[in-house]
Amino acid sequence: MSGPATRGARLARRIAAIRGGVGRRAVIALPYAWLAVFFLVPFLIVLKIAFSNIQLSMPPVEPVVTWTADHVLQLRLHFSNFTFVFGDRLYLAAFANSLQVAGVSTLLALLIGYPMAYGIARAPGTWRNILFLLVVLPFFTSFLLRVYAWMGLLGRSGPINALLMQLGITHAPLQLLQTDFAVYLGMVYSYLPFMVLPLYSAIEKLDLTLLEAAADLGCRPTKAFFAITLPLTKEGIFAGCLLVFIPAVGEYVIPALLGGPDTLMIGRVVWDEFFGNRDWPVASALAIVLLVVLSGFVLLLQRVQAQEGDA
Amino acid sequence: MHDRRSFFVIAMLVLGFAFLYLPILAMIIYSFNASRLVTVWDSAHSPTLAWYVELFNNSQIMDAAKLSFRIAAVNASGAVILGTLAAFALERYRKFRGRALFGLLTTAPMVLPEVITGLSLLLLFVALEQAVGWPSGRGATTITIAHMTFSMAYAIVVIQARLATVDRSLEEAAMDLGARPWKVFLVITLPLIASAIASAWVLAFILSWDDIVITSFVSGPGSTTLPQLVFSKVRLGVSPDINALATILVLIVSVAVVIAGTLMMRRDRRRMRDAQAALGATA
Repeated sequence: MSGPATRGARLARRIAAIRGGVGRRAVIALPYAWLAVFFLVPFLIVLKIAFSNIQLSMPPVEPVVTWTADHVLQLRLHFSNFTFVFGDRLYLAAFANSLQVAGVSTLLALLIGYPMAYGIARAPGTWRNILFLLVVLPFFTSFLLRVYAWMGLLGRSGPINALLMQLGITHAPLQLLQTDFAVYLGMVYSYLPFMVLPLYSAIEKLDLTLLEAAADLGCRPTKAFFAITLPLTKEGIFAGCLLVFIPAVGEYVIPALLGGPDTLMIGRVVWDEFFGNRDWPVASALAIVLLVVLSGFVLLLQRVQAQEGDA
Repeated sequence: MHDRRSFFVIAMLVLGFAFLYLPILAMIIYSFNASRLVTVWDSAHSPTLAWYVELFNNSQIMDAAKLSFRIAAVNASGAVILGTLAAFALERYRKFRGRALFGLLTTAPMVLPEVITGLSLLLLFVALEQAVGWPSGRGATTITIAHMTFSMAYAIVVIQARLATVDRSLEEAAMDLGARPWKVFLVITLPLIASAIASAWVLAFILSWDDIVITSFVSGPGSTTLPQLVFSKVRLGVSPDINALATILVLIVSVAVVIAGTLMMRRDRRRMRDAQAALGATA
C-alpha cells in the first residue's frame, strides 16, 4: 500500500491540518479578542478607578500611575473609597435591602412559577406549545413598558384603587405606587418568565415511569411529588433562582419607576453616584463590592448543588 | 386526590397567566382612552386613536425609534457572527488554551447586573479615547459595541445548543470526501444551524431594542434611543402616547411569536408523521 499515492495523501492531509489550524485559531481568536477588549479589560479599569480619587477634570478621576517630574514612577492606590463604602450605613443598608428584595422576589417567583411550569409541562400536546409561547411572549415584549404598565395600574386614580374603593375596602385611594410593595410586585412580574422557562424544561425531562411506579407501589401523589418530582427537578430550581436573583440584586429600572425615593437598592445607588454625584471612584468601588458579593453567592450555590449531587 | 391536585395546577396556571397578561391588556385598553389622565376612562370621547396620531407625529419618538432599530439590526448581525464563531469554538474545539476563561467570558455578560456592565464599558471608552483618540465621544457606535458584547452571550447559548445536536458524522463524511473545513461549515453545518442563527438574531435584536441601563451609560448627547426617551418620559408619570407605543410593540411581538409558534408546531407534527411512517415501514 505504501507508495507515492499514500505519501501524497498524507502530505495533503498535513497541509489541510495546517490550514485548518489557521482557520481554527481565527475562529477562536476573533470572539475571544472581542470579549477580552470589551468585557475583561473594562473590569480591570473599574478596579483601577475604584482605587483612584475624585478630582475636577474630565474624566473626573486622579490617575493611579503617574510619571513625576523627578523621574519617579508613582503608583498611588486610594483605599478611601472602600473604607468610605464600608463605613457608611447608607451603602450597607442598600446592599442588605437589595439582597432582601431579590431573595424574597426569587422565592415568590419560585412559588408562583413552579405550579405554572408543572401545569405547562403536563398539558396535552398543542396546549403545551401554546402555553409555552404565552410565557415567552412577555419575555420578548419590552421590559421597560411592562414595568411602566404597573405605574398606571397602581396609581392613585388607577383601576386597582378604584376597585378597592368600589368594594368598600378603603375610602381614600391607597399609596400603592412608590412603595416597597410595588417594587416586589414589579420584580416578581418582570422575572417570572425567567423562573418558569428553566423549571419547565426540567419538569418536561422528568421520567414519568418513575411516578407511575410510585403510584403502583401505593405512593400518594402528594408524597410522590415531594419524594420524586421535586428532587429530580432541583437543577431547574437552581437555574431559575439564579436567573432571577442575580439580575434582581442589581436592578435599577424597577426601583427607579415603582419604588419610592427611600427605596434603597444598590443598582440605583451606583447609578446615582455615577450620574448624580459624578463620583466615578465610589461608583466603581460599589460595583466591585457588588461583583464580589454576587460571585460569592454563585460559588456558594454551586457548592451546595455539587454536594447535593454527591449525596 | 388526583383531581384536587390538577385543579390546583390549573388554578395556578390561570392566575399566573392573568398576572402576566392583565397589566399588558390594561395598557392596550388605556391607549384608546381620550382622557389625558390615562387611567380615568373618558367614556364620552373614547375609544379614540388620537394618541396613535400624536405618536406618529412626534418626530422625537420617531427619530429615537429609527436610531434604536438601526442599532438593534447592526448589533444583531454582529452578535450572531461573533456568536457563531464562539459557539463553534466551544462546541467543536473541545480543548484549547484559555478555554476556561473563554467559557467564563461568554456566560458572564448574561448574569452580570447591567449597572456594572454599563459602568465598565463607559470607563473603557473614556480610557480608550484618552489613549488612542477613539472612539471620539459616545453615540451609536459605542452603544452598538456595548450591545454586541452582552447580546453575543445569548447568541452563543442558542447556537451552541443547536450545534450540539447536529450529527457530526455528516461533517466527518464531507471532510473524508476532501471538503475543506470552511466548505464543510458553509455547505453542511450552516444550513443545519440556520434556524438557530435566525432565533439568535431575533433575540439579539430584541435585547438591544429594549436595553436602557447599559445604553444610558455609553450613549452621548446626540444619540437618544427609544428606551431612553420612554424612560425619561415615564419617570415623570404615566403618559397616554406611551400606551399607544406599547400597544404597537406588543402587537408586533405577538404576530412574530404566533408565526414562530405555528412554524414550530407544524414542524413537530411533521416530525411525528415521519416517525410514524418510519415505524410503519419497519413493521
